[in-house]
Amino acid sequence: MDVTLPVPAAAPARPGRLPAGLPIAGLFLALVAVAAVAPGLLTHTDPLAADPMAALQAPSAAHWFGTDQLGRDVFTRTVYGARYSLFIGLTATLLSVLAGGVLGLLAGLAPRAVDEAISRALDVLSSFPEVLLALLFIAFTEPGTPSLILAIALAFAPRYGRIVRAQTLLVRRAGYVEQAVTFGLSRTRLAWRHIVPNVLGPLPILATIGLGTAIVNASALSFLGMGPQPPSPEWGAMLSESRNYLRVAWWSAILPGATLTVTVIALTAVGRRLQARFEGRR
Amino acid sequence: MWRAVLRRLGSGAVVLWAAATAAYLALHLAPGDTVDTLVGDGPDTPQIRAQIAADLGLDRPAVVQYVAYLWRLLHGDFGRSYVLQRPVADIIASQVWPTVKLTLVASAFTVLIAVGLALVSTGRGRWVRGLVSALELSVVSAPGFLIGVLLLSVFSFRLGWFPVSGDRDASALVLPALSLALPLGGLLSQVIREGLERALDEPFAVTARSRGLTRQALLWRHALRHALLPAVTLAGTLIGFLLSAAVVVERVFGRPGLGQVATDAVGAKDIPVVLAVVMLSAAIYVALSTVADLAYLLIDPRLRKG
Amino acid sequence: MAPLLSVQDLHVTFPGPVHAVRGVSFDIEPGECVALVGESGSGKSVTARTLVGLAGPAAQVRAARLTLDGRDTLGFGERDWRRLRGRVAGLVLQDALVSLDPLNTVGAEVGEVLRAHGIGRPADRPVRVAELLSAVHVPDPEERARQYPHQLSGGLRQRALIASAIAADPPLLIADEPTTALDVTVQAQLLDLLAERRAAGSTVLLVSHDLAVVSRIADRVLVMRAGEIVEQGPTAQVLAAPAHPYTRLLLAAVPTAESRGRRLSVTEPEPLPPRNVEPDRIVLSATGLHKWYRTRHAVDDVSFTLARGETLGVVGESGSGKTTVARIALGLVEPSAGTIRLGSGSGQVDWTGVPERRRRPHRRRLQVIAQDPLSSFDPRYTVERLVGEPLLERGRARRDRVVELLERVGLGAEHLSRHPRALSGGQRQRVAIARAIGPRPDVLVCDEPVSALDVSIQAQVLDLLADLQAADGTALLFISHDLGVIHHVADRVLVMHDGRVVEQGPVTDVFTAPSHEYTKSLLAAVPTLDSVSNGT
Repeated sequence: MDVTLPVPAAAPARPGRLPAGLPIAGLFLALVAVAAVAPGLLTHTDPLAADPMAALQAPSAAHWFGTDQLGRDVFTRTVYGARYSLFIGLTATLLSVLAGGVLGLLAGLAPRAVDEAISRALDVLSSFPEVLLALLFIAFTEPGTPSLILAIALAFAPRYGRIVRAQTLLVRRAGYVEQAVTFGLSRTRLAWRHIVPNVLGPLPILATIGLGTAIVNASALSFLGMGPQPPSPEWGAMLSESRNYLRVAWWSAILPGATLTVTVIALTAVGRRLQARFEGRR
Repeated sequence: MWRAVLRRLGSGAVVLWAAATAAYLALHLAPGDTVDTLVGDGPDTPQIRAQIAADLGLDRPAVVQYVAYLWRLLHGDFGRSYVLQRPVADIIASQVWPTVKLTLVASAFTVLIAVGLALVSTGRGRWVRGLVSALELSVVSAPGFLIGVLLLSVFSFRLGWFPVSGDRDASALVLPALSLALPLGGLLSQVIREGLERALDEPFAVTARSRGLTRQALLWRHALRHALLPAVTLAGTLIGFLLSAAVVVERVFGRPGLGQVATDAVGAKDIPVVLAVVMLSAAIYVALSTVADLAYLLIDPRLRKG
Repeated sequence: MAPLLSVQDLHVTFPGPVHAVRGVSFDIEPGECVALVGESGSGKSVTARTLVGLAGPAAQVRAARLTLDGRDTLGFGERDWRRLRGRVAGLVLQDALVSLDPLNTVGAEVGEVLRAHGIGRPADRPVRVAELLSAVHVPDPEERARQYPHQLSGGLRQRALIASAIAADPPLLIADEPTTALDVTVQAQLLDLLAERRAAGSTVLLVSHDLAVVSRIADRVLVMRAGEIVEQGPTAQVLAAPAHPYTRLLLAAVPTAESRGRRLSVTEPEPLPPRNVEPDRIVLSATGLHKWYRTRHAVDDVSFTLARGETLGVVGESGSGKTTVARIALGLVEPSAGTIRLGSGSGQVDWTGVPERRRRPHRRRLQVIAQDPLSSFDPRYTVERLVGEPLLERGRARRDRVVELLERVGLGAEHLSRHPRALSGGQRQRVAIARAIGPRPDVLVCDEPVSALDVSIQAQVLDLLADLQAADGTALLFISHDLGVIHHVADRVLVMHDGRVVEQGPVTDVFTAPSHEYTKSLLAAVPTLDSVSNGT
């Protein structure tokens, strides 16, 4: 028997998440953003300045992250590398959310035949592992930043497409949509006022979590040499260059890698927390 | 129920066919001349161009070309790499086994890690769960190559327990497989744990406990099956991840395999090889997704009509 | 003889702090059937589950005495409880579809307690399971044991659940709302089964919100409210001469034949405002409605009229087609055959078989109130936006009208910016009603509007609907499975079964002197407050 008692205004806390870590995550992300937009504020060295005499030095007061095989300051390169990861990740995510969202909405709202066609297309695209699909795209173009962005956008669009489509189908059948019919709303007004907002609502949060994945994939492809070419200080590319010096200078590979990981962790943690908060509202 | 099985197999076949067609279209609709695309960065001589034209039958009507292409595919003929001057099937066949080995071992590790972590952390105190959650978040967020590099540093260079590169023997599989298994295991473990906890909250769990069941029996005989459902649904996607990540991990550990083949081919613009690798992975994905869907039918009797 | 169960000064608190059970004391003698009655939040379920240590890991249990079958359970750890559960006390929950593991066969579920306690040899268990299923009157027990819960009907499933609880022959059977998810006729059979178990020697503790259900088989009744027992005594006495004001409120709130024309939410008899039924002004007429879903004949030749100010009740069990009829009336579903017309005379409008474009201007004449108001609310909307959505006014005028509507349903301007999630079930239904009467509809379709509400809240909402109808002259198409509610609100009634109207007419006539067999069986199955159990 259910008389539901008023739900407390606070969102149900998801056990296992570290709420204390959240402000730290936010702070770190802010730092990364600063590094991307105004790296000069965090470091005064030139990321491309090579000093062969000072090669492969361990982290010290002079070089916080040590130096790499060409004597370049790893910390500076890491700071300057932020803009690649953020720019590529953000643009790719935005593009794929846009493409996927439009396709998903279309599939969900359109007549059965259109839905079938779009769904099959999304299924086919999804059956290719994302990195390999990106590789294929890059094979047809040139390795570099623009093709990397497009490649990742292409590889991730089906994922968002399917999510949006599933959500659209769910919302279409919701009680409040039917209710609005009884008010005399036309189909278009119904779609704009009730269906689209409720479908697109969860997207920004999903995109935040997806941004983390996009950044990881971008750096993975850069690691393979498919992204910004050396001497650009992109994190994945830096790891690739330093891999051969791992035995003697672990810092030149692992510290940028750790920065990358912590960025993604922060993004995912913030995204998931937002998700838990807003899921209580649905 | 057999109808559901047939339907699933049918749609898998459709996706495979569509993937092959998409590859075909990608090749023929790419900007520029198709022959140029196939030549790539390899040797560019009139003889090779003539060979390409003859192999593809470019003088024949488009439909005929397409059907011939499908026919060749069904017979395992993936075309020819004009960059390396070898049949694509040969190139792939010689390198596929190391990747398969790696993927199999990685899958086994993934399942062990996922199920183990989930069972250990379900319903325990906040500290344990918080710790495990943080651990999972870390491994899921870390790029595969970083984990590989870290493992290399510690276990190969520092401790010397495992070989640094190559594919000499079984011990060379451990670190690469772990690099693949940790992120996926972390992800899967979250899904399984959430499934377990949701199942333990359901009314049937209360009924089961009211019969005097121990916590172990409750987990194993009731909750696990429910938790596997969402995990099985994910299985197909996870295979995709695995294949993607294998490419990168092979590079980190200097292992031979399809990853090497694929990246070399991209670098040399050897399109037929890249297409073939991509199609092969799509085929593996479809096959495993279908198996996962069928497994789902087996686990959940509510889906078998009558 | 010592009591089978003895509880003294039981307190159960949850983090919050929520004091769910406050100082509850009672005994149960062997062979008795005792009922714990209360609405949501009364603490009755928590009490019942605490008796077998299943209140939950967060629960803190304190008591002066808590014994079960002679054992002191106060200091029990999990291991001690496990030995007791299933062997000394069996638990039956509501809705076997979710209370039995859907991924396990029925036989596995029924026999699980045997396995858990190592009773009997594994080879003998299938036989024992079949015996148990027969004991609860499940036909073809061997075959049913091999099936899964979703393959059995609701009634058979619930019987299997009972079988699983009695498998180890426990002296005490605790049933927590065991019949709530079931149709009336099936409910009656389940209650008979429980009475049968009691006659066979089991002691039964029945937890329910439904006084009528309880009155059918219980010897003693304990009325709970806000964690306390406010009244206890023999069933006949408590129901005939309730001492506590809350018990009186509960009894007064039950809609029956006798309560027609009287307010339900007050204990002193108070008449409802008189309604003005105008039989000559027909607002809705349906002729020969049919609806086929593939091979299923969901609606089979249904015809009715609805006059201004009148309430037409549609009663039936699940699968009777009553909801489909409501959806056809609302124009949400096209009938396969038959017509509906709005209004009468020269202004009559075709409602079926016309394109939506032509229907749209008339949509506001029919509004709906559903069973679950929350799912009919856009999750992003506040109360103000929800109630204002169907209104034609804009800006300031709209806001004023929304406040006016909220006040009519017993809410106020302070609710404007609230979110439905933060409201109680009764308040949500009021918001839904405020929204529905905004467009001043001719017809209000009420699809099980009070089925999910507690009795006392249900009483308030029914009174509210009566007040609104008397003031506005709206016609109500009232769908419900609850005959008591229909008998209380309706002028005329349609009895539906398997898609057909088996009987229709003035409600008092149909319910006191039914002519169709189905109506008779339906009425016989309904537990009423008059049918007090005969002590065994």
